[in-house]
Amino acid sequence: MIHRYSLNGYNIVLDVHSGGIHIIDDITYEVLGLVSPPMSSICSQRILDALGNRYSNQQIIEAYSELYELFEQDLLFSKDDYEQFANQMVASPVKAMCLNIAHDCNLRCEYCFASTGDFGQGRRLMDFETGKAAVDFLLEHSKGRKNLEMDFFGGEPLMNFDVVKQIVEYARSKEKEYNKNFRFTITTNGLLLTEDKMDYINKQMSNVVLSLDGRKEINDKLRKRVDGTGCYDTIVLKYKQLVDKRGHDNYYVRGTFTKHNLDFSKDVQHLNELGFDQLSVEPVVGDPSKGFAISKNDLPRIFDEYENLAQQIIESKQQGKGFNFFHFMLDLDQGPCAIKRLRGCGCGNEYVAVTPDGDIYPCHQFVGMEEWKMGTVYEGKLDFAKKDRFSKAHVYEKEKCKDCWAKFYCSGGCNANNFPLANK
Amino acid sequence: MKHIKTLNKANLKKTAAKGGCGECQASCQSACKTSCTVANQKCEK
Repeated sequence: MIHRYSLNGYNIVLDVHSGGIHIIDDITYEVLGLVSPPMSSICSQRILDALGNRYSNQQIIEAYSELYELFEQDLLFSKDDYEQFANQMVASPVKAMCLNIAHDCNLRCEYCFASTGDFGQGRRLMDFETGKAAVDFLLEHSKGRKNLEMDFFGGEPLMNFDVVKQIVEYARSKEKEYNKNFRFTITTNGLLLTEDKMDYINKQMSNVVLSLDGRKEINDKLRKRVDGTGCYDTIVLKYKQLVDKRGHDNYYVRGTFTKHNLDFSKDVQHLNELGFDQLSVEPVVGDPSKGFAISKNDLPRIFDEYENLAQQIIESKQQGKGFNFFHFMLDLDQGPCAIKRLRGCGCGNEYVAVTPDGDIYPCHQFVGMEEWKMGTVYEGKLDFAKKDRFSKAHVYEKEKCKDCWAKFYCSGGCNANNFPLANK
Repeated sequence: MKHIKTLNKANLKKTAAKGGCGECQASCQSACKTSCTVANQKCEK
């Protein structure tokens, strides 16, 4: 399988199953459009006839021969032999946890998938005992894995920061005994950041996610305090301070785009102009009946906008600046292995979310859906039937993914987003 | 080659044979939380 397209003056071919990426000239691009596997060593008369009015036979044969050379090297139309690996990583240890440390928030963002912070379960904070039980659960269920991840999430985790610190201390105290390496991250709206908290976060958290949607009018339209005022002016200053103190390492300023800013490349640009260079701006997820919701009709505009953004990044790099955009970051030589790419985030299998009451869900987006509850950290047990179901949600299990050229890049996507669309 | 330039090592198949150690980051933990991007995760090996 290949994916062939032209962008920014380049003809690009992705050979899906080898991961090979080739830049080809115009004649080769046209020849390739007429080729289907398996290739013969001889260029067919059909291709010569189809392109004969614009190119000489010699030119066409030369381009064809180079394509055939790639085919022979298994770098073009390479065989799909990955299905045999699909059952690896089934029954994985649990090694990553989203800790919903606060089911409460000091913002009332209109698009919040967590019902403005409480996940529809009432506003409450996790106590240390529950956090400790969550750490113990992770230590017990992660046999065979050294690196453990714990993301402090909410609601707004800074509303319960003392417990965050207690949990970090407790987990660190167990690292040696269990031979584990905890990697903590925190996702915050920034309002409660103080210098002390920044220093603690920068010392203990391997990554920090800072929520900000972009231009002031865009951010403040949906990201409002309880009294209805926007948060932009307060948080931008705090984020700058935190990122400066951090040496601009291992952070993301993370925004959401909606129907209101389909020109979101301007928001990315704005975030960069503020001095941030690790950026992630992603489409809103939510009720299609809401005014901010993105519909299918918006997709062509969004696709164009991603191309505008790519152009902006190129220009920015040419000026010696440049920035990283999360969804465009691909290491073409040494990204994750093919096994990792067979399934998405690993939710419900190697990754779970824990509520302030200690309930376990496949991920933060499933929280509050009673039918998806997988257990509690107090009981220390997990619903293995549900875990098994998630572990098998790989790209060879999904008909549309199996034959999609992007299967090793999106890996089947987000289970929580996919679930409402399944069987439709 | 005159008409084609290959940009990378195209080693995806090799990674299948030696992969699956499970030590790399769960993608949703890194930045997204509402979507999924796997291919930008770093290999831990």
